[in-house]
Amino acid sequence: MEMNYRAENRQLTISLAGELDHHAARGLMESIDRCIEQNLPVKTILDMGGLTFMDSSGIAVVLRARRRMEALAGSLVVVNIPRQAARVLETAGLGRYVNLI
Amino acid sequence: MTRTTNYITFEFLSRSANEGFARGAVACFAAQLDPTLEELGDIKTAVSEAVTNAIVHAYPDTLGKIVVKAKILEGNILEVTVRDWGKGIADVEQARKPLYTTGGEERSGMGFTIMESFMDKLTVRSAEGKGTRVTMRRRILPRPASK
Ligand SMILES: Nc1ncnc2c1ncn2[C@@H]1O[C@H](COP(=O)(O)OP(=O)(O)O)[C@@H](O)[C@H]1O
Ligand SMILES: [Mg+2]
Repeated sequence: MEMNYRAENRQLTISLAGELDHHAARGLMESIDRCIEQNLPVKTILDMGGLTFMDSSGIAVVLRARRRMEALAGSLVVVNIPRQAARVLETAGLGRYVNLI
Repeated sequence: MTRTTNYITFEFLSRSANEGFARGAVACFAAQLDPTLEELGDIKTAVSEAVTNAIVHAYPDTLGKIVVKAKILEGNILEVTVRDWGKGIADVEQARKPLYTTGGEERSGMGFTIMESFMDKLTVRSAEGKGTRVTMRRRILPRPASK
């Protein structure tokens, strides 16, 4: 699991690559928390384009990032979702909670 | 009874580092059924959910044994069994409900729901203090295309 980010004008883009499972999720959640705390963005874009696998552990990651953004009165958008990850998010009915693009 | 034409069995310690190995091994074995990428993705996801549950919930404060068996049954059916000898589930019906979790903020409660919707059939047998056995089946649709 790999995470990269770019912050510009209080917009934070976090790019994920590799396999997002429970093993990867704990460290990733902490990294995302830290990243949001340091940059205090008004908008965070979670780019899933590089993910080769995601299970329900990814749902918890997305929901937590969304809560962190809500606490800052900001928003979270998830983009470039690969097909397999999209099936997991859809099964969880997540389209209702975050903006999936 | 459906005839088993091939199977593999492997055992590992409930360390989260083994999650990728477990789903990958089952996916490699399933490849002989000539699944589509989407079918393979579904199988990997369901196996990941079952194995993660054994790692996270069956052995919350210890390390324990997990055994995975994958079988090919007549009729292009893949059957995967994930077994642990951990805590067990007091109320399986409740545990299978969407969003039900005892795992807190780090879990979503969607594991069983995903196994159920990504596979054709899901059976859960569990006894408190003895362990859990999750069995899933998925028929791989035969593809007429290339030989
Ligand atoms: N192998 C297992 N051993 C003990 N308890 C389990 C096992 N698998 C599932 N459970 C219980 O069932 C609940 C629901 O599981 P699941 O749908 O995968 O959601 P999650 O893993 O996100 O909690 C778990 O929170 C746990 O209480
Ligand atoms: Mg689970």
